[in-house]
Amino acid sequence: MKGLLVLTALFVAVFGKKTFEGDQVLRITPKDEAQISLLRELSEQEHLGLDFWREPVHESLPVDVHVPFHSLQGVRAFLGYHQIQYNVMIMDVQDLLDDEEREMVKYRSFPRSTDDFVYTNYHDLNSIYSFMDMLVAENSNLVSKIVIGQSYENRPLNVLKFSTGANRPGIWIDTGIHSREWVTQASGIWFSKKIVTDYGRDPVLTDILNNYDIFLEIVTNPDGFAYTHSRDRMWRKTRKPNSGSSCVGVDPNRNWDAGFGGAGSSSSPCTETYRGPSAHSEPEVKAIVDFVKSHGKIKAFVSIHSYSQMLLYPYGYTSTPAKDQAELHELARKAITSLQSLYNTRYTYGSIISTIYQASGGTIDWTYNQGIKYSYTFELRDTGRYGFILPANQIVPTAEETWLALMAIMEHTKNNPY
Amino acid sequence: MKTFCSVWLLLSLVELSPAPPVSQEPPLACTGAPGHAPQSETAEDMASTGDLEPTHYPARRAATVALHYLNTHHGSPFRVFGLQQVHKASAEDVAAGGRKYKLDFSVTDWASGSEGPALRCSADVLFPQTERHSGPEVQLRCEALQQINRTAQEEHAFYQRYISPDSAVSARDIPDSYGNVSEEMQPFWRLARVAASFIMLRESSERTEFNMAQVASVAQQGSSEEQLMLEFVVLLHDFPSQEIIQWKLLASWSPDRGVRVLQTEWQPRCPHATKPPN
Repeated sequence: MKGLLVLTALFVAVFGKKTFEGDQVLRITPKDEAQISLLRELSEQEHLGLDFWREPVHESLPVDVHVPFHSLQGVRAFLGYHQIQYNVMIMDVQDLLDDEEREMVKYRSFPRSTDDFVYTNYHDLNSIYSFMDMLVAENSNLVSKIVIGQSYENRPLNVLKFSTGANRPGIWIDTGIHSREWVTQASGIWFSKKIVTDYGRDPVLTDILNNYDIFLEIVTNPDGFAYTHSRDRMWRKTRKPNSGSSCVGVDPNRNWDAGFGGAGSSSSPCTETYRGPSAHSEPEVKAIVDFVKSHGKIKAFVSIHSYSQMLLYPYGYTSTPAKDQAELHELARKAITSLQSLYNTRYTYGSIISTIYQASGGTIDWTYNQGIKYSYTFELRDTGRYGFILPANQIVPTAEETWLALMAIMEHTKNNPY
Repeated sequence: MKTFCSVWLLLSLVELSPAPPVSQEPPLACTGAPGHAPQSETAEDMASTGDLEPTHYPARRAATVALHYLNTHHGSPFRVFGLQQVHKASAEDVAAGGRKYKLDFSVTDWASGSEGPALRCSADVLFPQTERHSGPEVQLRCEALQQINRTAQEEHAFYQRYISPDSAVSARDIPDSYGNVSEEMQPFWRLARVAASFIMLRESSERTEFNMAQVASVAQQGSSEEQLMLEFVVLLHDFPSQEIIQWKLLASWSPDRGVRVLQTEWQPRCPHATKPPN
């Protein structure tokens, strides 16, 4: 009920174009009849411009009143003098309305094309899936959508395929495998638009696409992602229940068959790094495994996470250096040098186990052991100030700088076929 | 849909005093030993001695501890430090057990614009080896700390604004899901971060690396002894275990006395407890 009153005030505000700067809403709790009479008297002072959302009725029933800025001092003095208890419920009505206006604008825009799409904000699953369909429709000669499987809750696992010819080797990029890492899915959207924009314009990307297909899975964990919108912004794992436990979900980046079950993952379903009952038990993971195996010619694999600002290569499950460590290390150095050139964002690089922590059953350890030499994991912005809740105004700068690193990796892959 | 969302958004903003997250009868499988982040299983002890790679995790974890220490001593609603870079690091085993790290690193003040000037610090961080966890011991020296008093005016104005008896600030989810923090809430976020640093410092070990992920709620309590009194519920993120750990705490602040943490309480955070959407 109060919500409706507030909403009404909002509409009046919007259409009346009044400003409510400095106005406050006070919640007053009269403790006896005498105080109620006083409040009624107060309400009759027209010059104060008070707007009672809840009228004084009965003692101990709260009275909510919108007090214009010019009357605030007087009203508070009145209440203080008569020892009438109150709380400031809304510190500044205009701030509230401004926030609400912003929210409404966000909901109001249903983009009709990928040029209309708001890249500078976070979107929900439906919006992202619509975006993908629009991108395909607008660029059907270049982009197609493949469904590589279903999530536990039966959501399609959509992959965008960028291809200019048949039987090409492939480059894989995924974002959003951990659902709370929102800047990654948002960056994935941006990357996909960047590819269609730059093909035919940027010589390096054009050359890459004339020789390789690019596969981009933007929402790699859609169940988790939906959950971060509806229930828990901090959700990381899949949403598959675990038998014998009331805890839900498996860490999809501990579920791969590479050092599976070793140190650096957890056997408890109630933890964030729970590895799952067996390797590839999660449909979200199995779908990629099956895709990679049946494709047979993936030559670079990049899995994108946040946060920490790192570019990492295998291994996570063992301190034995990867066979190609020297080359991977040097390529990582080049990639983050490119990244840093744009906004001076500092990245760390190295093997997973030495740089970030020991982690078993990780994605790129598996892909590397499958023979995909250029296997990398990114940890995007920031380094802990906002962490997972990176402000939306950093989405595009993050995507732009990360793209430079991706281009370095893809270009190197193309120039060093194996 | 739009109406529902608008009404819902307004309702969620217009809350009196947020109840701490409900955790009635947590299912038996609820996670988290009180006060300590659950560890990934027996991560091999990769910690080495001698010179350390400054950008890798052993040095970074120790530097993060020093950072928390710095914030507990020098943080305020208008000053909170973040780690910028570790320049040099080394570690050695200590006779009484445990490991001592020597660090040379830089921090920046997040409150001073996008990238304020870097402050150079050096620290000794000792992680004692005891049967029950006891917090690390830190000795810290930062250049030119005393010279930073440009925030005195802002602190005073902030204090005056909120010390009045009828001030009753309350808010949830700072930042919100999209990373927004309103102008008014910035100092409260910083205060929460500073107060949380007391907990993060105390709970740290060589196997943890804490950040504050979000302020779940802030509720101003009645002022006491001329201190602003704030009850926070904060979500901490531990990097190695990836766990989100929830703490309720009561903190006081005034320009003269700085931040003090009076009470802390770990709160179980059961992933399946229903929570209002963001």
